[in-house]
Amino acid sequence: MTKLLVIIPCYNEGNSLPLILEQLLQLNLPAHYQMEVAVVNDCSKDDTKWVAELYPIVVLDLLVNLGIGGAVQTGFLYAKENGFDLAVQIDGDGQHPPRELIKLIDFYEETKTNITIGSRFLAEGGFKSSFTRRLGIRYFHWLNKVLTGKSIYDSTSGFRLFDKSAILIAAEKYPDEYPEPASLVLFSNGGLSIKEVPVLMSERLAGQSSIRNFASVYYCIKVTMSMLFIFARKSSWL
Amino acid sequence: MTRIQIITIAINFVFIAYIARLITKGKLREEYAIVWCFCTLILIVFSFWTKGLELMSKVFGVFDPPNLVFTAFIFIILIYLLHLSVVSSKSHHSITRLTQELALMKEKMKREEQERNKA
Repeated sequence: MTKLLVIIPCYNEGNSLPLILEQLLQLNLPAHYQMEVAVVNDCSKDDTKWVAELYPIVVLDLLVNLGIGGAVQTGFLYAKENGFDLAVQIDGDGQHPPRELIKLIDFYEETKTNITIGSRFLAEGGFKSSFTRRLGIRYFHWLNKVLTGKSIYDSTSGFRLFDKSAILIAAEKYPDEYPEPASLVLFSNGGLSIKEVPVLMSERLAGQSSIRNFASVYYCIKVTMSMLFIFARKSSWL
Repeated sequence: MTRIQIITIAINFVFIAYIARLITKGKLREEYAIVWCFCTLILIVFSFWTKGLELMSKVFGVFDPPNLVFTAFIFIILIYLLHLSVVSSKSHHSITRLTQELALMKEKMKREEQERNKA
């Protein structure tokens, strides 16, 4: 029996949440999988909490807005406490179609990779983002290669499957800000394997990305800094 | 004693009294008050000991004594600001952990209540 936790961090996602949850709960997972869904309500101002409570799922309700990193980490803490074998992060805005989760699980079953990232940039078709955003992703591909030695194209994708060792690391020290790219360095420091699987993503149904104005240089600088600092922590230069 | 000396000494004592009041009322933690008390003490010392500033400037090789005051105090203030950032980061981290733990506890309690209702 493999226990899988689906973590859905939500900030004002009351509109898109029902569709995601319905699709998730109807999903045909391998027979030995036991799935539980946890919605993390990051102090939403809309009806996210009430919508989520209509479904047979776990609702983790944060009283203070923690941002995407702290919200997802709450899910990891829940997974660690309740002995889950796998955790997957699915964004609450409908960008990650639940059926694509099967691809991550199949890949994990084949390779037993510690972290499986659902990537937009390896698949044909589906939603591809703007030029500036692609430019940013190219830069992070290069930065990841330098800092982790791994070739990761979609380092900002939040659609990820974590195994038990990754859950333990993330529950303890998941980055607060810009957790997607920054956590890659963290996991790589811990000696975990990270691989990408092509998935199709759709445009968000509603809500706003936690990464607004990807093109802004400010974003790139801050992410680079946090990645460098996590990298330096391992190398113990400081 | 010159007029400016009397004014600064008086202001210093008012300042120290205010810090003491904040601490006794529980509005300021002692650990942050030490820096303020220390700074005020330095000011008091130099208010009485006017030759001190000139002497210190000579020791540090500063041409104009007031420049020493500005440089030293800007430096102290910068370091104290850094310290405050560290303190605020620490409380930020604590709040995150508390919020997460509270969410987990609430969920656990809800589940236990449901199980009890079923039984």
